[in-house]
Amino acid sequence: MALTGIAIFKLLPKKNCGECGVPTCLAFAMNLAAGKAELSACPYVSEEAKAQLQEASAPPIRIVTIGTGERAFKVGGETVMFRHEKRFENPPGIALLIKDNMDNTEVDARLARFKQLQYERVGLTLRPELIAIKNESGDNGKFVEIINKIKSSSDCGIILMSDNTDNLAAGLQVCAERKPLLYAATNDNLQKIIDLVKKTPAPVVVKGSNLDEVADLTTKLTAAGINDLIIDSGAKEIKRAFEDQIIIRSAALNKKFRPLGFPTIVFPFDMTADPMKEAIYASIFVAKYGGIIVLSDFQGESLFPLLVERLNIYTDPQRPLATTEGIYEIGKPDDKSPVLITSNFSLTYFLVSGYIETSKVSAYLMVKDTEGLSVMTAWAAGKFVADVIAPFVKKSNVWEKVTHRKLIIPGYAAAESGGLEEELPDWQILIGPRDGAHIPAFLKNWKA
Amino acid sequence: MALDIPRTTYSGKIKEITLGKGSKAVTVGGETSYPLYLFEGTMPHLPRIAMEVWDYAPDDWPEAALEPFADVINDPVAWARKCVSNYGAEIICLQLMSIDPNGMSRDADEAAQVVKKVSDALDVPLIVWGTANHDKDVEVLRRVGELCQDKNLIIAPVEEGDYKKIGAIAIAYKHTLIASSPIDINLAKQLNILLGNLGVPDNLLIIDPTVSCIGYGLEYAYSVMERIRMAALTQQDEKLQFPIICNISKEVWKSKEAKLTKEENPEMGDAKKRGILLEAMSATALLLAGADILVMRHPDAIKLVRETITELTSV
Repeated sequence: MALTGIAIFKLLPKKNCGECGVPTCLAFAMNLAAGKAELSACPYVSEEAKAQLQEASAPPIRIVTIGTGERAFKVGGETVMFRHEKRFENPPGIALLIKDNMDNTEVDARLARFKQLQYERVGLTLRPELIAIKNESGDNGKFVEIINKIKSSSDCGIILMSDNTDNLAAGLQVCAERKPLLYAATNDNLQKIIDLVKKTPAPVVVKGSNLDEVADLTTKLTAAGINDLIIDSGAKEIKRAFEDQIIIRSAALNKKFRPLGFPTIVFPFDMTADPMKEAIYASIFVAKYGGIIVLSDFQGESLFPLLVERLNIYTDPQRPLATTEGIYEIGKPDDKSPVLITSNFSLTYFLVSGYIETSKVSAYLMVKDTEGLSVMTAWAAGKFVADVIAPFVKKSNVWEKVTHRKLIIPGYAAAESGGLEEELPDWQILIGPRDGAHIPAFLKNWKA
Repeated sequence: MALDIPRTTYSGKIKEITLGKGSKAVTVGGETSYPLYLFEGTMPHLPRIAMEVWDYAPDDWPEAALEPFADVINDPVAWARKCVSNYGAEIICLQLMSIDPNGMSRDADEAAQVVKKVSDALDVPLIVWGTANHDKDVEVLRRVGELCQDKNLIIAPVEEGDYKKIGAIAIAYKHTLIASSPIDINLAKQLNILLGNLGVPDNLLIIDPTVSCIGYGLEYAYSVMERIRMAALTQQDEKLQFPIICNISKEVWKSKEAKLTKEENPEMGDAKKRGILLEAMSATALLLAGADILVMRHPDAIKLVRETITELTSV
């Protein structure tokens, strides 16, 4: 599929003018092949070559951007069916539904939840990205009014939903600069949508009653030069929606079927009225290829697990998540509290800190940067040994936090206790359990 | 435009394994496609849920998990019966939490007597899950196997460090074994080969890939299971063509996030619903990765997952 640098080079003007930012056409070709440059950077490439190159270099699933600036949301660009084959690239967007016939109190409460429900984890902020504004009233003025309200209250990505193309056009006019996603182009309004987006560019959802119809619509839109598309397969039951997601991804990746080479949007609340079931359906689409997941409402008890699942599934399998090096306070530690040290593999950190919490003994947990390796692996790789642990402890301010001088090291690093006692002569090195699960029992006997 | 629906080429099939005996016996496995890809293949037996029972009253369960079982928490027999009669459990998984040498360290004979009582009280298949301490598991599970011969128990975990001693029980008394390996496709395959060489028949084997929940490494289990299914179904790797069990609920409910109250962290919402969803969503993700049996705890989470299985497999 992807062309090699040399194949691309053959199609370039070979002027070596440097206007693209790199000195030679060959270097530019190499960057194109590696996905590090855009063809539009070359002012001299022929139309013919452009067409050939774009066809060959376009990702099998288009990347679509909604919104602008810092909160611009990118979806698509996936290259594999299974995350272990490489990684999943762009996590699905989570959208909150707001209808224009909801009363002000409800809208304000929803906007407040949209802002408040975010979570810190492994140094990342997990948060939803989008608000879907639905023209439930059918009224043009109400739709515009609520769009203005949401626009001024949040810098979120916006999805505009209306069955009425004129209302959609009016909505787009008031927030065009935010690059909202339009919902939706169908068989019935196709030409109107084409005219609208030709005038005011915006990404568009294509909605069909089945995948054949979707493919027809995307083909017509791309022929009209509209390429930023997102697919709604129209499924109203979880089984078909689930299968559609798989078929769309597989057709794009395995069959290079361009008409389905776009990210998707799903509405679990159309498939169930139960909010708990809706959350389960949403979790299915996190794992199986949803591009944007619109929820009927946000509540912490369902949004939190969903955002963490998304983080997990979209973690690069080649690069484990790591926790920032430092001293973490667990509970309310004082100068007599135990000091434990561990590696910065995020799972290690979560488990160890969780077990310390379970023990109900407040403590300081020192996390050494081991490049995301677990204790045993880091120890074997020389990244969690006396020579690196000792300087970390010395440089830290743990000295000021506690009056005792006892350091608890993981059981798997027991071999380092001698070395540590030598390098940290003031400290007594205690060997903790090998398995984190035994930390509570271990800490129950703690005495400063 | 007529779409030519892409289809995976499969060359293998998951073995069908029957658990327990009599009219309540349960058969799992038999899939000919990726999990729930019913447009590509068949799933003759739906994934099943085994309800978790502890062999002593747990002291660290959050309120939400404890509540449905509060009246039976001190009596594993009554607890197991309640799971079957009130919640329609098709399989029970008795977790031998009491035998942990670092915990209560109940002795083998006493622990085995409890298993015997539970087993005698049930007609649904019974999974007996040890503590993953080789010496203790060998001691307890051998005693269990002997005491409950004729019961067709499902015994777990069998690991590389104790497979010979525990494997012998399966051969002697026809109990099914759960081969447990640490989140690694090669180790899973190797253990299955070792058990095969020992003489454990193929129809008595289930894979435990070692699983974790949302927020605690779900993605590792998820991908290892996907790889196991890929090898089994598309690369004819016979030594991986076994049903998969996921002992997930105890991982979920011991996590900090399942225990926090709403007062401690209002952004995390209602504690009970959060716990239920963490369990049900973790289980659902594992279902998509290839679980044939899910060990679960909360009746509401079980109901959600059971319904989801039915909906995803309806004709």
